[in-house]
Amino acid sequence: MFSLTQSWYLVLAAMIFAIGATGLLIRKNPLVQFMCVELMLNAVNLTFVAFSKMLNDVGGQAIVFFVLVVAASEVVVGLGIILAIMRRREDADTDDISLMRG
Amino acid sequence: MRVEMLTFLLAGAICLFGALGVVLLRNPVHNALSLVATLFGVAVLFIAEGAHFLAAIQVIVYAGAIVVLFLFVIMLLGVDRASAEGAERVPGQRPIAIAAGLAILGLSLTAILAATERVTGTPSVVGPLDDGLADINRLGRVLFTDYIFAVEITAALLTVSVVGAVMLARRSKDEPIDLDEFPDGTTASHLPDYVDDIDELPVDDDVTAAETDSSEDATAEAATAEAKPNESEGAEPNASVS
Repeated sequence: MFSLTQSWYLVLAAMIFAIGATGLLIRKNPLVQFMCVELMLNAVNLTFVAFSKMLNDVGGQAIVFFVLVVAASEVVVGLGIILAIMRRREDADTDDISLMRG
Repeated sequence: MRVEMLTFLLAGAICLFGALGVVLLRNPVHNALSLVATLFGVAVLFIAEGAHFLAAIQVIVYAGAIVVLFLFVIMLLGVDRASAEGAERVPGQRPIAIAAGLAILGLSLTAILAATERVTGTPSVVGPLDDGLADINRLGRVLFTDYIFAVEITAALLTVSVVGAVMLARRSKDEPIDLDEFPDGTTASHLPDYVDDIDELPVDDDVTAAETDSSEDATAEAATAEAKPNESEGAEPNASVS
């Protein structure tokens, strides 16, 4: 029987991060892309907590607190932008939003 | 030890399946609910790691506030049906994306497993975890001593984002920027008008992904948005009543 080490948490976080990054590149619905960004942020949070346990340091948990706040404000502003775009065009995906393309 | 292993495996499986659900499911509502599963699994792992306060705010802030915000926007926009992913603008985007994801996974796994159990860095710089205090006491003391500047900046960030969200979400009476695409100049022409009698709405029973398949082209879609009264959105109140 394997023993549960902190590396297992890091491996799991790496898998969640990779899934989120792939989803961010594959999906075109901006809402779903935001959810994939949340997945990646959560994977990083899990890594921070695992390292905090490994180093016996409370700093890792404090950083997770700030990541949570930044994620919340990012979602609020991002959803506001999506709302403003979707109000004008129905079913816009990220390929259609090319007004600022050079 | 066996209980910890079982907890980790269960929570890890919930996390992974939730993450796959976020990426693979077609309906945005299902994506949001899969995201809840992943966030809950991460909260369980936080408890297993001894970060009880973080687990609590993970559930309250993420599952309670952020995902509800997502669901609210999904319902508000009326995109709560299976969305067809259109043709790829970049040729071969999907295989390249999967390859990039696998590359990220491979690199991280190599970095983690090559340095097994050897963490660089000085332990207990900010404060030790095993000082016998409760989790929230320790975290609160650190936040309001060592990280006090970051806490103040965070307060400013939250204020700015709230003001920004209100500014963005406000419906302006001015002309839209892209007047060339919308010569009529209405900002919400594709949204259905308020109807008193719900039976007056045109009934379209089979609103499926096939319908959105046919209108992949964005410009054609924008052109037809004003021309025809929208069947797909008109059918939704009926669906919710029945």
